[in-house]
Amino acid sequence: MDVRLTAEQRQLRDAAARLANDLGPGAVLDLDDADRIARLEKAVEATGWRALRSDGASGVEVALVVEEFGRGLVDVPLLGPVLADDLAPGASSATVAVAGAARDARGMRQAVEPEGGRVLATEVGPLTSGVDLTRRDAELRGNREQIATLTDEAAVRWRTLALVATSADLLGTARGAHALAVDYAKIREQYGRTIGSYQAVAHLLAEGLALIEGSISVLRHAAWAVDELPPDEALHAARIAKLYCARAARTVCETAVQVHGGIGNTWECLAHVRLRRALASAELFPVRLEEIDRGLS
Amino acid sequence: MDFRDSPEEAAFRDRLRGWLTEQAGAFPTSGDEYWARQGDWHRALHAAGFFGLSWPKAYGGHELPPVYDVILDEELARAGAPARPSLGYLVQGLGRHGSEELRRRFLPGMIDGTERWCQGFSEPGAGSDLASLTTSATRDGDTYVLHGHKIWTSYSDVADWCLLLARTDPDAPRHKGISAFIVAMDQPGIEQRPLKMMSGVTKEFGQVVLDGATVPADQMVGAPGEGWALAMTVVGHEREPSTLGFTARYGKLVRELLARTDGTPPPELSWAIVETEMLRLHVRRRLSEQLDGVSHGPEGSLDKLLMTWTEQTVGHAALAVGGTGDPDLLHAYLYSRAQSVMGGTSQIQKNIVAARILGLGA
Repeated sequence: MDVRLTAEQRQLRDAAARLANDLGPGAVLDLDDADRIARLEKAVEATGWRALRSDGASGVEVALVVEEFGRGLVDVPLLGPVLADDLAPGASSATVAVAGAARDARGMRQAVEPEGGRVLATEVGPLTSGVDLTRRDAELRGNREQIATLTDEAAVRWRTLALVATSADLLGTARGAHALAVDYAKIREQYGRTIGSYQAVAHLLAEGLALIEGSISVLRHAAWAVDELPPDEALHAARIAKLYCARAARTVCETAVQVHGGIGNTWECLAHVRLRRALASAELFPVRLEEIDRGLS
Repeated sequence: MDFRDSPEEAAFRDRLRGWLTEQAGAFPTSGDEYWARQGDWHRALHAAGFFGLSWPKAYGGHELPPVYDVILDEELARAGAPARPSLGYLVQGLGRHGSEELRRRFLPGMIDGTERWCQGFSEPGAGSDLASLTTSATRDGDTYVLHGHKIWTSYSDVADWCLLLARTDPDAPRHKGISAFIVAMDQPGIEQRPLKMMSGVTKEFGQVVLDGATVPADQMVGAPGEGWALAMTVVGHEREPSTLGFTARYGKLVRELLARTDGTPPPELSWAIVETEMLRLHVRRRLSEQLDGVSHGPEGSLDKLLMTWTEQTVGHAALAVGGTGDPDLLHAYLYSRAQSVMGGTSQIQKNIVAARILGLGA
């Protein structure tokens, strides 16, 4: 038993973090910067990370890259294409379709989804507006065509990976929101002192960090389990991770809004962009508490 | 990275599981009966080779990697056995600050359970602000004479020894005038006053009044004035679920609650499952990180917060499943309220995280 990341995994995480830091949006205005998005798209495409699974990457490695992209609010597709690649290796420019819409679809041409032992593909239509300002949904256009078959076990594995990937995005989003709030608490002054020096503010941020640490621990196990545990056990681990990470991320993002005060409730503050991304990742492949109907490992 | 047992770990787990099957029902797991028999449980665990797993062989440990404690806690929970005795923090305090002579004299009995220990830190006037303690130790020839009042002293009534903090230099700055001693509990000048907790338990906590009790000068741990450093070592470890072994308690209770539930569990119990799994996996991560030589720092306060939220979520699940009519479950709920106070309140933990990890100083 040794649940530390390997040296290679840490290098992958660091590379993903650098890319996100360099080209992710640093302010709300950057969300409309087409030049930046084009450079980001080119850089992400060049990494090959959208095909992590068909390149043999484990669930742990997928989770690390997705987490860093969530932390850096990366606003070109990754999570959707990674899941599409796992479902239909080799499908070009593909993301996933869920509940009648293409997800994480900016610049994607087709959307794939599992249905009753088959993998179906649909053409991606125009982008739509939703809660998430960084990852866009799109309409589906035309007929769904079968492009592959899927065993029950493969379908459960894919669902598990989807829960792990969205949990990783939630963890990254929470880390980004927390860092934003801590930085602000160190510079914003009231009554002649930084607001972070007041226990009322500091304790919210301390709680947030504990929630993030718990999320890391629960997610790491679920991400490992994708490839290493029997399908039903891996799915159980992923459900637990998703529930924990979703609640933690929402709480941490709400704290980030609160710590920013009035500014935190304005469009120009990145806190709501992170909160919105957390809401979207919680809602994509949701887990209900009632699904935790069995005991401990 | 591997969450699975290595072949050696799996063999250890099998051996432990077999032994726990033989012990089923032999030791009470809660209430005053648990505290009354805790010493027997400690000695039985040690005699079978399942206690002090990561501690030095020279003192009665097994020098196994830290993750073996995870296996122990997981199997105790699965078997419904009592949790392991929580005295790792005292072992760390004496091990790190005591002389080799004191370690050789006292650690073996502490680890094998033949000598029982308590911790004399808190006082009625010194709780969160531990450095304001006023118990005095005055040098008189080869001994120190003690006067003061200790409280929240777990197992003081059965303890042979107390790791005690007292002020040896009233004129020094308050953190610097404190020294640590190993005090014999069975002597004139020590009065025991039991404390009944809100759960009804009477055997866990005590108060200790020191009125002229003595301690040989060579039973000071570390140098004069080193008491605060020892205290920080002890409370640092006292915050870590990996040291305390409480995850076994939560896992056991969640299993019992599930066994009493038909159909879909109430939401409180589902959350308790999620939190308990989180903490179990968190301890695995923390103990794995110790392989890198990660030292014990303010991160222990994060772990304490996670442990507290878990215990109190499990406490709410106990209420949801059993209501107030089940004495054992009501006890588990009431006991859970202490977790955000003992070993440093949640408010103190958040102060530590904010100041020392997040850098949110004044």
